[in-house]
Amino acid sequence: MDENNTLIKVRNLKFARNSRMIFDGVDLDIQRGKITVIMGPSGTGKTTLLRLIGRQIKPLIGTIEVDGEEVTNMGHRRLYELRKRMGMLFQNGALLTDLSVFENVAYPLREHTNLSDELIRTLVLLKLQAVGLRGARDLMPAELSGGMSRRVALARAIALDPMMIMYDEPFTGQDPISMGVLVRLIRNLNDALGLTSIVVSHDIEEASSIADYIYLLSGGKVVAGGTAEDLANSDSEWAQQFMKGRPDGPVPFHFQADSYASDLKIG
Amino acid sequence: MLDYLQSIGHKGLNFFQRLGRGHILILDIIRGVVSVISRPSLLIQQLYSVGVLSLIIIVVSGFFVGMVMGLQGYNTLVDFGAEESLGVMVALSLVRELGPVVTALLFAGRAGSALTAEIGLMKATEQLSAMEMMAVDPVRRVLAPRFFAGLLSMPLLASMFSAVGVLGGYFVGVGLLGVDDGAYWSQMQASVDLYDDVYNGVIKSIVFGFVVTWIAVFEGYDAIPTSEGVSRATTRTVVHSSLAVLGLDFILTALMFN
Repeated sequence: MDENNTLIKVRNLKFARNSRMIFDGVDLDIQRGKITVIMGPSGTGKTTLLRLIGRQIKPLIGTIEVDGEEVTNMGHRRLYELRKRMGMLFQNGALLTDLSVFENVAYPLREHTNLSDELIRTLVLLKLQAVGLRGARDLMPAELSGGMSRRVALARAIALDPMMIMYDEPFTGQDPISMGVLVRLIRNLNDALGLTSIVVSHDIEEASSIADYIYLLSGGKVVAGGTAEDLANSDSEWAQQFMKGRPDGPVPFHFQADSYASDLKIG
Repeated sequence: MLDYLQSIGHKGLNFFQRLGRGHILILDIIRGVVSVISRPSLLIQQLYSVGVLSLIIIVVSGFFVGMVMGLQGYNTLVDFGAEESLGVMVALSLVRELGPVVTALLFAGRAGSALTAEIGLMKATEQLSAMEMMAVDPVRRVLAPRFFAGLLSMPLLASMFSAVGVLGGYFVGVGLLGVDDGAYWSQMQASVDLYDDVYNGVIKSIVFGFVVTWIAVFEGYDAIPTSEGVSRATTRTVVHSSLAVLGLDFILTALMFN
């Protein structure tokens, strides 16, 4: 990995929730201009990692550097300045339900700039055109399908031309057409706008198809990392189990329990 | 026994943690006054949904409470031949007690529960998180305008409640039961003091507005982000703010009117 081209550096990250260790010493680097996919079984804290990078929550110990700035102890004002350069796409879109599609995309522009209404209109239409929903500008969020909501949220996330976008499970619950649209959009926007993308997903096929680099998380650690090809050909049991969808392996099928026989009171 | 003690300790810690979070939040909200002043449109929007939309329930209730006061007051006063003091009785009861208290209770049920549910659902659907990630502080953008709208609305609503109540008492006392029109108003004018009665009533309603809206926005912001969590938070808003209003009313009455 190219150290100089690293946008995000995570070192020795530890985080616990309700005395359960979610991350136990995670180290990873996100390269500028690339799409990095974070994969792992459900409950491994993939979404939590995005929240830690955006400093919505704080780690127990460890450092997270974004564009050369340490975020874990950053002051409120500097954090909010940094967030203007970060976009995040939430799993359900998280559109503001009392605003129309147009106003949702215009929201960050109205909050953070003094642009005229005319200019805001032009910018919003440009962003909506990029996600193919210029015609849906007058609809309310309740009138959108799940895939459309995510595309509007994507338009909103790129409204301030951020340096990076974090995608939280963008493919979950999508029909094949919406899934294809989102996959293409993530790749195209990343390349066209020179973004850095972090995609959290467990949809192996779709995520692999656009990933420049993949990290595999499990048990609170990074268990494998590399390109999709590297992981598919890896000797790592973790990588093999996850990439091939095997029900048992390093990630056990059974949740930790007493012996089956003693539980059934036999023998 | 140990488990019981442990559960008491746990509940105690939870209570103080929530109390601490509530106080930190209200300080943050008060600091957000600058952003509310700089963007009055946010406040006006909330004044409409918190205040104007509560107006009907307040006015109708005020009228009925005034009518009941007129009826009950007349029946008591007529025994002593003092029915001409009906206006004083209705006005003092409303301005000092019923106006601020009943308005606050109705406000908690109508606007307080709506505030909690709205903020709680925004949290559950990640709208507040999305705002944070767009570098928009939800405390200043969402909570502060709602809090100040509640604070401003309550004394206005309580004043309207009392005013309409006085008219309700007039309608029953003068219109239906035959109390002298001039006596109703003139005795009221002579006995109701602007500072002792009206201002103290307004102070009460400002305090109630502060407490009810604080509880409502805090419960929404602190709600567990699930359907059940939001439902519980909404219930807590109505219960806690009603109890707080009644408890504070006693304390304020003791301080203001001996």
